[in-house]
Amino acid sequence: MKKSNTFVNISYLILGILFGIILIKSEVVSWFRIQEMFRFQSFHMYGIIGSAIFVGFISIQLLKKFDIKTLQGEKIIFKPKPLKWKSNLFGGILFGLGWAIVGACPGPLYALIGNGNSIILVVLLSAIFGTLFYGIVKEKIPH
Amino acid sequence: MEEIITYLKQPLPWYIAGPLIGLFVPLFLIIGNKSFGISSTLRHFCSACIPIKKSYFSYNWKEEIWSFFFVGGIFIGGYLTTFIQPEEFNINLSSITVAKLKELGITNLEGLLPKEIFNWGNLFSIKGLLFFISGGFLIGFGTRYANGCTSGHSIMGLSLLNPASLIATIGFFIGGLISTHLFMAYLISL
Repeated sequence: MKKSNTFVNISYLILGILFGIILIKSEVVSWFRIQEMFRFQSFHMYGIIGSAIFVGFISIQLLKKFDIKTLQGEKIIFKPKPLKWKSNLFGGILFGLGWAIVGACPGPLYALIGNGNSIILVVLLSAIFGTLFYGIVKEKIPH
Repeated sequence: MEEIITYLKQPLPWYIAGPLIGLFVPLFLIIGNKSFGISSTLRHFCSACIPIKKSYFSYNWKEEIWSFFFVGGIFIGGYLTTFIQPEEFNINLSSITVAKLKELGITNLEGLLPKEIFNWGNLFSIKGLLFFISGGFLIGFGTRYANGCTSGHSIMGLSLLNPASLIATIGFFIGGLISTHLFMAYLISL
């Protein structure tokens, strides 16, 4: 059990390193690219998001069709997030407001800090504070 | 060797980066039966480090340690990329975007972020408060309220054709369009 946990953790560390490199090399972490996307002036970001979804979708179909197991031999569990349209929509809009201002979503925040943009540390701390605040007011807002 | 470095310094085109990002969906599932997603680490971080008695943060975060390894990896990946990136990013933006941003007052388009806004000198100004503090807060609050971010909803969720993820992604774009077209000119002018 302990051994496989270490294997899994190191695997996700390596995946994270690769993901960080891809995020920077593809310019997804660029504030300018996000502005270009929300102004519909380039295909770049839409191409990345669209082809990522396409590959993700095809991969899931293949995993299901051939009943592929995890490396530990377990059955793969597909857990779609529950539909709560109010929180999905209102939360989504609030997230989008922040996404365009900062020009980065959570993954890129970590990549930007690693790449030397130390000021983004302030943004990450604010995001953690925002999550904390959500946990506090969760019962009082519509879901 | 030098040729390889020069080659590696080129940006990745969308048709290579997009499919590579999409492969994280099956990799996450096969390696540890996990759904691809990033923003839940913000919640795990609160649960692990902040002593607060709220049901939202009361769970065994130790089972989610793998996700700290993943975001730690993203940070390291961001650092490692400094060895295979140009001296200064000069992103090949659409000329219409360049003209628009210049009109809004952003003169320096080098780097990944506009230096006129994202610098430590702005931290205690209204501009810094709005760009860093409120921007970050909205990301952290919104992603947890929506139950996912661009990775968990827009990539993983849409790959599963999940209606909740479609609604959230539409929300992301509504919010982004509002910030960009209604607020950005004012925010930059501050």
